[in-house]
Amino acid sequence: MQNSRSAHSQKGIPWWRDERVLRVIGQAIFLAALAFFFYYLARNMLDNLRQLGMSLGLNFLNSTSGFDIGEHLISYDRSSTFLRAFTVGMLNTLMVSIIGIILATILGVIFGVARLSTNFLIQSIARAYIEFLRNIPLLVLLIFLYTGVFIKFPRVKEAIELPGPILISNRGIVFPWGIPTETTVQFFWILAFALLVALAVGFGLSWYGRRTGRTPLAWLWAFVVFCLIVSLGWIALPQPPFTMDPPLVQGLRISGGKSLSPEFLALLLGLAIYTSAFIADVVRAGIQSVSRGQVEAAKSLGFNSFQILRLIVLPQALRVIVPPLTSQYLNLTKNSSLAVAIGYPELFHVSGTVLNQSGRAVEVITLVMAIYLTISLLTSAFMNWYNRRVRLVER
Amino acid sequence: MTDGIASSAQILPPPTERFTLLGWLRRNLFSTWYNALLTVAGLALIYAILKPFLTWLLTEAEWEVIQVNFRLLMLGQYPPEETWRVWTCLYLLAANLGLSWGAWVRRRSVIGVVLLGVPLLLTLYPALAASIRWQLLALDAIGLVAFIVGRRAGIRLRRWLLILWVLYFPLVILLVRGFATPQEIIPIVPTNLWGGLLLTFLLTIVGISFSFPLGILLALGRRSSLPAIRWASITYIEVVRGVPLVTILFMASTMVPLFFSLQDRPDPVLRAMIGITLFSAAYLAEIVRGGLQAIPKGQYEASHALGLSGFHTTIFIVLPQALRLVIPVLMGLFIALFKDTSLVAIIGLLELLGIARSVLAQPQYVGFQREVYLFISLIYWIFSYMMSYISQRVESTLGVGER
Repeated sequence: MQNSRSAHSQKGIPWWRDERVLRVIGQAIFLAALAFFFYYLARNMLDNLRQLGMSLGLNFLNSTSGFDIGEHLISYDRSSTFLRAFTVGMLNTLMVSIIGIILATILGVIFGVARLSTNFLIQSIARAYIEFLRNIPLLVLLIFLYTGVFIKFPRVKEAIELPGPILISNRGIVFPWGIPTETTVQFFWILAFALLVALAVGFGLSWYGRRTGRTPLAWLWAFVVFCLIVSLGWIALPQPPFTMDPPLVQGLRISGGKSLSPEFLALLLGLAIYTSAFIADVVRAGIQSVSRGQVEAAKSLGFNSFQILRLIVLPQALRVIVPPLTSQYLNLTKNSSLAVAIGYPELFHVSGTVLNQSGRAVEVITLVMAIYLTISLLTSAFMNWYNRRVRLVER
Repeated sequence: MTDGIASSAQILPPPTERFTLLGWLRRNLFSTWYNALLTVAGLALIYAILKPFLTWLLTEAEWEVIQVNFRLLMLGQYPPEETWRVWTCLYLLAANLGLSWGAWVRRRSVIGVVLLGVPLLLTLYPALAASIRWQLLALDAIGLVAFIVGRRAGIRLRRWLLILWVLYFPLVILLVRGFATPQEIIPIVPTNLWGGLLLTFLLTIVGISFSFPLGILLALGRRSSLPAIRWASITYIEVVRGVPLVTILFMASTMVPLFFSLQDRPDPVLRAMIGITLFSAAYLAEIVRGGLQAIPKGQYEASHALGLSGFHTTIFIVLPQALRLVIPVLMGLFIALFKDTSLVAIIGLLELLGIARSVLAQPQYVGFQREVYLFISLIYWIFSYMMSYISQRVESTLGVGER
């Protein structure tokens, strides 16, 4: 084939019918068109910016922002820079995404398993939950939760008091929180020690399990050991490492405790339950993908139903579950940008404010997209790594 | 010995297949002790959720805000004297649906009854004007007549129907927007008057019909053997899939105007349409790529052996099979797109969610968030559920998605 083709070309195929030449020309034309398109856009943009008296550049990031952000994990105030504001927003996005992913996974697994329950009532509840949430837009859910639920709670004066005390009002939920004392540092050392011992116990027991073929509940024991050491440490310290700081209503505000704003709660709850409905479907499909024969074989070998789920079904279902689960996690992270509609200062909301303050539309939007892209790529890289690991364990 | 066993064994009655309520309860709710526990917990959960909700629904909720603003929620500020155009679109839709139902399904079925039932149910809604009621009934009548015609004409009609469907969507846009004629029969309605559910649907329709070809091109580009085209497609798809839709819409609303000179700047609705189209094209490309990858190599080889060019192979051999495979997933994407149109409220368009927010911004309706958002959630829910239900049924009856 190679010979005949070269023979042809030696005979003199005209170049405009030679496929190799045509491919190169085609790509060159395509690239040229693309370049021209971008050139056209860029030229227009620069023209427009010049007319508006603006220029491009990232120098504005170092100037003072001049606006406040309600919730920040790192210190931030009006005189901080735009860059700092971006960091605050990004940390908020990461926090709400991580907590949301954990909650959504727990809820999703519960409802996914419930969807396959033999109990008719439980199955119906799960189906109603999934079908309801899958078919409404997340944004409507978020705005409903915020304006229809969380800020409709009673005012601070008439705050609902749950045992704890946990106070629920239209300013959010406040619950007791520890204040560090002198022995806190020592307690952290105890925590670290307990963690090390627990890890040793866990790995040791799983090694033992692999060697002997018996399966001790390695990580359950590790957890028990961890709790034991920590509680012993708490008692042994001369003074408790934390003192309770219960919230109290003082006039028009609540003092003490740890408070979660209604914006944060609405966003977290909305993201978690919305995504959990999709995760539930993923989990259901994954469990259903394990053939019935596997379960029957395990039963006939004398496994109990918990062992079947843990040792037979889940490891095989995970293979099917992980890839779509990854995209659900990514969706949750990206969907956290909808917080702009309810006023939680995550990355997108903060960048909107930055844009208004600085007027740098192009730079701000490019920056935000780059950050989201980075988060997405990192998450999918991590999940791909995990996926490979699950596969390796499998086969 | 065998005799002894036979005689001592108790003779059991044959298993009964008869349905008893108690038996059903026992099988499905109380089969084991933990199932019984779960049932009780489930009942408690239902009670805990439903009781406050029903109390609110029956005693506190006031639906006046919906009744007063019904037209606004449906059509936005679309001029009342031009409402007939929207009705015409609906009539055409009913006719198309009826004909298709007759030509393909050819029998009565549950979905058909449900589709006919929706307008009938709506006529029962007390706040409607008499004219609207008649028009809803006309909708049903047109659908029924079309169904009968379609059943008579049968298979011959199918090809024409496909063309009709393809023509339908541009026609809707044309009708709603209007065009400049000397006599001004159908004057142009500027896009800033479009709103409510109408705008939601228009955004969905435009998003679907433009992202479809673009997505297919991107999918083909991603599998192209030409590195320049492949890398351009991959970059586009991955970048768009890596960022939230809001940022793209935001870009469309604040950055796109900068890309164009003053006189040919697109208006906000068009910009949102561009944003949605560009966004969903990337997702559509990945779905179509999944279908393309599922086509065995033998199909390509066979078609090359028959002398078809690469272009013809793609158009006549590969794409039809690939698209057929991914119809269920595509429907999922379209439902997601329908729901995602609500995000344009963030950039200030008055589609269903946006108009709901602006209704609630009026001082006299400040406290009515629950009613309004519940109402629009219901609308979104009905349409998305209907789409997913129909796609499931189509899937199972036609065996689409299986090979």
